[in-house]
Amino acid sequence: MAAVEGWLRRAWDHDLAWSFRRSPVTLLAAFLTLVCVGSAVFAPWIAPQNPFDSATLNLTDGFTPPAWTDGGSTKYLLGTDDQGRDILSTIMYGARISLGVGLAAVLFSAVLGVSLGLLSGYLGGRLDAFVMRVADIQLSFPAILIALLIDGVARVALPRELHDQLAVYVLVLAIGVSGWVQYARTVRGSTLVEKSKEYVQAARVIGRHPLAIMLRHVLPNVTGPVLVIATIHIATAIITEATLSFLGVGVPPTQPSLGTLVRIGNDFLISGEWWITVFPGLALVVLVLSVNLLGDWLRDALNPKLR
Amino acid sequence: MPKPRAEASASGAALAERPLLRLHDLGRDFDVSRPWLNRVIEGTPRQLLRAVDGVSLEVRRGETLALVGESGCGKSTVARLIVGLYAPTRGHVEFDGLDLSAARNADEARSQRRRMQMIFQDPYASLNPRWRVRDIVAEPIRVLGLAASRERELARVGELLRQVGLSSDDGEKYPHEFSGGQRQRISIARALSGNPEFLVCDEPTSALDVSVQAQILNLMTDLQQQLGLTYLFISHNLAVVSHIAERVGVMYLGRLVEIADAEELFLRPRHPYTRLLLDAIPDLEMSGKARTPVGGEVPNPLAPPTGCAFHPRCPHANARCTAERPASIATARGMVACHAVEERRI
Amino acid sequence: MASALLEVRGLRVEFPTRRGTLVAVDDVSLSIAPGEVLGVVGESGAGKSLTGTAIIGLLEPPGRIAAGEIRLEGERIDNLPNETMRRIRGRRIGAIFQDPLTSLNPLYTVGAQLIETILTHLPMDRGAARARAVALLDEVGIPAAGSRLEHYPHQFSGGMRQRVVIALALCAEPRLIIADEPTTALDVSIQAQIIALLKRLAREHGTAVMLITHDMGVIAETANRVAVMYAGRIAEIGPVGEVIHAPRHPYTVGLMGSIPKVGKGLGKRHARLTQIEGAMPRLNAIPPGCAFNPRCPKRFARCMVDQPSAMRVGNNLAACWLYAETAR
Repeated sequence: MAAVEGWLRRAWDHDLAWSFRRSPVTLLAAFLTLVCVGSAVFAPWIAPQNPFDSATLNLTDGFTPPAWTDGGSTKYLLGTDDQGRDILSTIMYGARISLGVGLAAVLFSAVLGVSLGLLSGYLGGRLDAFVMRVADIQLSFPAILIALLIDGVARVALPRELHDQLAVYVLVLAIGVSGWVQYARTVRGSTLVEKSKEYVQAARVIGRHPLAIMLRHVLPNVTGPVLVIATIHIATAIITEATLSFLGVGVPPTQPSLGTLVRIGNDFLISGEWWITVFPGLALVVLVLSVNLLGDWLRDALNPKLR
Repeated sequence: MPKPRAEASASGAALAERPLLRLHDLGRDFDVSRPWLNRVIEGTPRQLLRAVDGVSLEVRRGETLALVGESGCGKSTVARLIVGLYAPTRGHVEFDGLDLSAARNADEARSQRRRMQMIFQDPYASLNPRWRVRDIVAEPIRVLGLAASRERELARVGELLRQVGLSSDDGEKYPHEFSGGQRQRISIARALSGNPEFLVCDEPTSALDVSVQAQILNLMTDLQQQLGLTYLFISHNLAVVSHIAERVGVMYLGRLVEIADAEELFLRPRHPYTRLLLDAIPDLEMSGKARTPVGGEVPNPLAPPTGCAFHPRCPHANARCTAERPASIATARGMVACHAVEERRI
Repeated sequence: MASALLEVRGLRVEFPTRRGTLVAVDDVSLSIAPGEVLGVVGESGAGKSLTGTAIIGLLEPPGRIAAGEIRLEGERIDNLPNETMRRIRGRRIGAIFQDPLTSLNPLYTVGAQLIETILTHLPMDRGAARARAVALLDEVGIPAAGSRLEHYPHQFSGGMRQRVVIALALCAEPRLIIADEPTTALDVSIQAQIIALLKRLAREHGTAVMLITHDMGVIAETANRVAVMYAGRIAEIGPVGEVIHAPRHPYTVGLMGSIPKVGKGLGKRHARLTQIEGAMPRLNAIPPGCAFNPRCPKRFARCMVDQPSAMRVGNNLAACWLYAETAR
């Protein structure tokens, strides 16, 4: 127990924690992210209603405006949509999907990108040339297009019945593949730097296998920038997923993400039921902005030259 | 200077046995050509950098041979060729009689390589910043399977840390918690943990302050005595070399120009470049002797001068020096490669 | 006695950090006469570079001069506003730093940089500035100076680049040059050439030179007087011959003993150098009293309590309680 306490005290005192505490913007961003993530994770327990359980829905409650306006009620804080679903609850459940897909896609991207970057940088030669050319080619296409392409191919390749079931996985794959290049490039650059350092040469003199050197010596030293890229990439991944869902090629309507909600609500904008699209949109903005700000802080805090 | 009796007979025996390391006409080229596309468009040819060009020498068991020279002379490349970080383009490395580059000896070569280790110049880059010191020092023990159990391994690491002047508790710390001199000690402990016989030391004290350098040099001298190690000591600092080496080799632009016993080299240097180097050492004694610094700088290794590489800066160069590369002339206990010496002009 | 060109008294440089204030230079006093070369020698962390940086007014915040005065030709320069200091820098104080590659702007020709500096500080037209630039390059030993004006820094070799940097420092005829490790990045044979050049220029132009280095050999060849720094303080200061051959401060004694000298160890197998145990303390862990006391073989009670001031012993000043009785 004393050891944990000691560790906590040292962590609190650490330069990173100190720079974190000092910046009010970062603290706010962290708080908001925590709120978003918390409500997404605990949605089944804290959401006022389960919007996807049709038994709990009351069609007559449809199109209720937000609580503080005329005609609103405190039962539905942010109003309801056309089917009587509580907007607040749909946002919480939608955030689950958005965050889930975003995090999974980033994990996929990171693993793929870091591995390729490490191998390219360390082994060099033809492998390096090939991987970097593929990366260059991929970079000449917008990420959205890559994701759309993979999604389209998957739809054609998979049997129709499985579409909805596998949609989320295909989405993760699509966004993941569209984003590996930035990890690979950064890690390759760092690997090239570390490779020439003498501790790597010492390991070679000792006789270690190249794979062991890559994993045990080089990898721990090149992951710093990866964390920063990943944090900012989460925001991009969430936006990409939202865009794809908005376009109708993302998650199936039975599991709407924040993007899907914006799309659905869009149809009602003209008839005046603005809350159905605005609140999910706002939630998306808050989530992405706070993650971005956190990423900014992390990048500056980890940059030894700025300290 | 008469050596004590025991040492004299020991060195006599050493002369009779096979040298621990032998380099046969070792050469290494680096391809520094521009990328293929640029070459095609601009019409420039391939460019080869001859970092090491025909180096032959021997290191006897138990002695310290120093390799000196200025930047670009190839001494660091020679060190890396010996330990296998680079493969030779020409010639070969022979360790205890075994040719390390011959293909059929691959496995045997690997086990022979384990008898040699290397210490590097930069104490800040030679230790993995993410590893604890005990893992750094234990790595050779683990790779070579020298410890029967974890406890034995930890005990051995503690013993090694004490041997280099640190405490066994230091194993728990990370490299950034140590100063430059202490990190070099950790590097030495790592090098020793594989029980090597031969240590290649690439400028081990060049990045250290003078007082720390004295500590590390003393440590290396003590360890050599205790463990019977053989050192190949690479340095650009002739004062350090004069202190620690028994024999000294001088390199210039990838070639070996002179090898001699330390006393012989410093008191009676033969090659003009050796003389220039000795003359350039700042005179701490302040004897006030007038020095005329020789002009010029080390030429671009991509376009070395014809014939003898030193001729543009040599006060004794003649026409032959411009055209013909000097052959290696054997001396009593070494060699020198100079036409002027051969022709007895100097 | 010639009046000092540069006079530093009680200089104190501090760095406020969140864990307390670090004193990087503590009560440093020195002076340099015109035409004299003062060596400032010390190991890494001793504060020698910071002393030079403080004098030239280039201390990066949060570092600041907390106490003391710096006088150039009698006038105080440590408390001047940035704009005034900028004009003094370059015109009356020149600087030479360690790495010739980063001291020169790679995007401009050498001639452009020289001419720009000359025009900034001296009232003359472009043609005269160009002629002066050629004369300077010639003076520092660059062959075919006229044509080399059009070359870029990367077209010069290391030693030649350092010569260009020296020419740049001399552009405006400064009275004082601060040279921070000018030969450390160079090969030993080039080092000898640059040392000879610096000596000649100081003599011919009557410029005072502050030569900061860790290399005692360079000091022996170049300096008239030398200050030995330890943990931000001056341990000993005096004529170079005396400090090197008859050092008084135990740190200087240890330092001189640990330098390998050609000829001393020759032929003697397993010779040992004198070593000073331990290491220089970090700025946040300087012991009370004399900073050297934990490592000093001659320490006694007072050393661990009072910080020694500079005491005269012979022609030197040594900050050591051993000499308290002989001090006037």
